[in-house]
Amino acid sequence: MNDLVQPQYAIHTAGLTKSFGKHNAVDGIDLCVPRGSVFGFLGPNGSGKTTTIRMLLGLTNISKGEVTLLGHPMPAGLALALPKVGALVEGPAAYPYLSGRDNLIRFDAADINANPATRKERVEAALARVGLTQAAEKKVTEYSLGMKQRLGIANALLQPRELLILDEPTNGLDPQGTREVRNLIRSLADDGITVFISSHLLVEIEQICTHLAFMSRGKVVAQGSVEELAALEQQVLTLKSSHPEGAIAALKSLGISATFDGEYVTAVVTDPAVKAENLSKQLVEAGIGIASFALAAPTLEERFVALTGEGFEVA
Amino acid sequence: MPKFALNSSLYLSEISVLFRRRRTWAMLATIALIPIALASAVALSSSTIPAGEGPPFLDRVSHNGFFVGFTALVVAMPLFLPLTIAVVSGDSIAGEANTGTLRYLLIAPVSRARLLAVKFFGAIVFSFAAIFTLLLSGLVIGAALFHIGPVTLLSGDVISLPAALYRLFLLLCYGTISMIGLSALGIFISTLTVIPVGAMAATVVISTVMQILDNLPQVAVIHPYLISHNWLGFADLLRSPMDFGSFATNAIVQLCYVGIFGALSYSRFSTKDILS
Repeated sequence: MNDLVQPQYAIHTAGLTKSFGKHNAVDGIDLCVPRGSVFGFLGPNGSGKTTTIRMLLGLTNISKGEVTLLGHPMPAGLALALPKVGALVEGPAAYPYLSGRDNLIRFDAADINANPATRKERVEAALARVGLTQAAEKKVTEYSLGMKQRLGIANALLQPRELLILDEPTNGLDPQGTREVRNLIRSLADDGITVFISSHLLVEIEQICTHLAFMSRGKVVAQGSVEELAALEQQVLTLKSSHPEGAIAALKSLGISATFDGEYVTAVVTDPAVKAENLSKQLVEAGIGIASFALAAPTLEERFVALTGEGFEVA
Repeated sequence: MPKFALNSSLYLSEISVLFRRRRTWAMLATIALIPIALASAVALSSSTIPAGEGPPFLDRVSHNGFFVGFTALVVAMPLFLPLTIAVVSGDSIAGEANTGTLRYLLIAPVSRARLLAVKFFGAIVFSFAAIFTLLLSGLVIGAALFHIGPVTLLSGDVISLPAALYRLFLLLCYGTISMIGLSALGIFISTLTVIPVGAMAATVVISTVMQILDNLPQVAVIHPYLISHNWLGFADLLRSPMDFGSFATNAIVQLCYVGIFGALSYSRFSTKDILS
């Protein structure tokens, strides 16, 4: 593949910054979103995810830094890049007095590249893809939040896209709806579309992502493929014992510093050579009674807390 | 991907959306009531109206129903028409920002200049529809309550009804052109806020202030430049020969306002952070 025609990255930013007064809502981030990836853009509410997406799409000015979208430098290349990008930004929005179908027709009419002759069938296909065909005639004011969310996704799918930018696409959806959106994203990714998906809820998207970036207070604190991020990580030991002090002392003699939280003895194990079988055996040999024992890679949430020192629900 | 360069879809969509709003029809219905109320009042009052009393040309209404629409335009021009134009133009950008649809239009993508042009087009079409409704309603009620026949012009000449209808069409053009400056002003204010009602109110306030200034002899020097100064100059179209002087002056003043506020809108809107 020619690098000029098909650049390696669907989204690339260098030192991207957005300032509001003295405050940097986005503070010099370098994002590399490879083509064909499902890229999870994670961070708590208020960490700068939506502000970043607004800059990617040319909705707000870039204070500092550079953005390349599908190989086009922004904002100069907006008109060239945007027709190939479908997006959901900060929740869905629609004309409440129009039906779902008429809303899609309106947004499609706005795209100067959209062929009016195929408008009807593309709108119907998008409605069908998100399961809104039955409700297409209803006015949007009668839609539930979940239906509006689907309509927003349908809007992003009106044209064949190379990149989808989905900001919190599962917001307001019930568990079944969330599963459907995940399956939809999977099937889109299978078609070769790059999907950039932001969320403050890790568990909802971690299963489908091939790449991740963690955002905290306007900065990207870690990014890479899921495997790369996993390889960096330590294991977490969680142990229940009738003698927690003894367990801590025994672990210390093995070079592992542990703490007791009142119920569990926990420790971060940095040496990848440490295996659960060996460690539990060593503890038993040291005379420590074990009620429960787990040594595992941390969940994404635990990783995030380790990286940023803050929980996921922090605003 | 083919580029549909002469794609008029968004212009058509704008008109279609405008006329699918109940608000638009409510405003047009109210406008249609103005000539009906006016004609009914004249028909029901027993005393003849002395010339020069009440709104201009009111005395002619009972002689010829043709003058109902004309008089209604005189009545509606200073306040009610600008009010409805302010609603449509003030809502143009701020309304889209308020519902969040602005961001989806812009990433569709619509260039910001094109969106402003589309909104301006929508406001002009609405102005035309509003004045058309007013004049049509005037003709219908005039024909129903009074005699409609050859029209005696202000200059005393009598013209046939078809010729008079042509004058009415020119009146429609005059009224529409009178509103383009205000439309551009309303759209500019609309780019400054995400609260449509604020933009509508500000547009009405400016239009009213201009009309107050237009009535103060102390500031006569600025009168010719006020947006509303020529709004009522359409009487010249009811003379023979027709005097297009005020038509041209009005058009030039309105185009100047369109130029100024068009440029301001673009410079403001093209670099604006869309945070709604």
